[in-house]
Amino acid sequence: MDNEQKTHMPEREALTNEQQIRRRTLKSFAWFGLASLVPYGAWKALAGKPLVDGIPEKLRAVLNTNEKIAATYFSDQHLAPTYAVSEAAKKVRVNGSEGLNDDFDPAAWQLKIDQPGKSLTLSLDDIKALPKYDLVFDFKCVEGWSQVQHWAGARFSDLVAKYDLGTRTGQKPTGETDFFKHVGMVTPDEGYYVGLDIASAMHPQTLLAYEMNGEAITAPHGAPLRLLIPVKYGVKNLKRIGTITFADDRPADYWHEQGYDYYLGL
Amino acid sequence: MKRIVENKHPLAIRWFHWVNFPVLSLMIWSGMQIYWANDTYKITIGPYTLVTFFPEWFYKTFHLSSRLADGMSWHFALMWLFIINGLLYIAYTFISGEWRYLLPKRNSFSEAWKVVLHDLHIRKGPLPMEKYNAAQRIAYTGIMVMGVGSALTGYAIYKPTQFSWLTTLMGGYESARLIHFALTIGYVLFFIIHVVQVAIAGWNNFRSMVTGFDVIDEKA
Repeated sequence: MDNEQKTHMPEREALTNEQQIRRRTLKSFAWFGLASLVPYGAWKALAGKPLVDGIPEKLRAVLNTNEKIAATYFSDQHLAPTYAVSEAAKKVRVNGSEGLNDDFDPAAWQLKIDQPGKSLTLSLDDIKALPKYDLVFDFKCVEGWSQVQHWAGARFSDLVAKYDLGTRTGQKPTGETDFFKHVGMVTPDEGYYVGLDIASAMHPQTLLAYEMNGEAITAPHGAPLRLLIPVKYGVKNLKRIGTITFADDRPADYWHEQGYDYYLGL
Repeated sequence: MKRIVENKHPLAIRWFHWVNFPVLSLMIWSGMQIYWANDTYKITIGPYTLVTFFPEWFYKTFHLSSRLADGMSWHFALMWLFIINGLLYIAYTFISGEWRYLLPKRNSFSEAWKVVLHDLHIRKGPLPMEKYNAAQRIAYTGIMVMGVGSALTGYAIYKPTQFSWLTTLMGGYESARLIHFALTIGYVLFFIIHVVQVAIAGWNNFRSMVTGFDVIDEKA
């Protein structure tokens, strides 16, 4: 009996090989199928609602983390490359007219500055009284194009220093932490507005510009005074500044509300 | 009789490969949404335009239009996965010794022609038995270099002020963007050839990328 049963047993080697291949293939593919639920789940989680300012909240959280990472290696010693004046575009590209309504009187324009416990109003001559800097840099649009452009104006940091702006005490800063965390800028008609982290605003290449290619800025480019901030995409370079505010909370930002990253740092 | 050959593809490599597939796909998809906003690239010969990147039907088919903000947020989230997975893959390849099968050898560049001619059924006769033939060595090493290139040109466009040295190294902002785009087209071409080759190589070869083991049919 025993012997007969033994002879009916298929050869162990052959059986295990064929069976092993089958079993291990099935097992592997089962795991493979299960594992492919991970990217599917990750996709669902990342793309899931609610939306925060136009994009899924998880993606928004990643962008905010990216900002924190970028802020750790941000340095005002890292300058945007500059070019010779001759390399600058003669025909400067105009992109976007949000906040530039028609009923605007440049002669009556004044720059308003607001921060908790302090506010003042400045004229264009007050800005021009600050040291003037030329800046020829590669302006970069979030759309993907770039253009070497020539601008001139006062450093934002010089304005802050002269009028003791941006500190919570309203006095001269004793350290970096004295400053509010953010700067907001709004057009006179409040149709366009940007928010900036204080470090980027205080970068030495951040200008309040009143000249383009050696002449007064034209209306479509943001006369009489506009922001030029090479550490940000073009959308942050607000035209026709009406009001500058300082605050710890993020000021409202036009394109951020449409789903873009708040920081948009270059 | 069939025989199992263990560890044709180590588990780690299989993971890196299959993680990369959805991540790179989504990187390309979101990258196209970003590219749409300034879609200036084309291939021309004199006055003739050979290829436009991209025609309108292409954007429509893949839902790429007017989604710059979406594209940017996906791209700048998934880039971390792409970079981490890629770095782990490269590190593993070199630490484990897998690089010995992967890197081109001195004769790989001349051998690769024989492989191409063989695959096109022009040259008869068997290829030398190796885990990866000369053409594969060049392709798989090339794709690794392309991955590094994508990460570097990507960062050159992502932070051209804070990493201006890198942007300069990549030939400037415009050049970095063009290289970044061209590499993407390269992935797509690689993918097409890869899938065709896998289909031709057959089930056994495909299975080994999932299970890890190879099966050799030995005629007794």
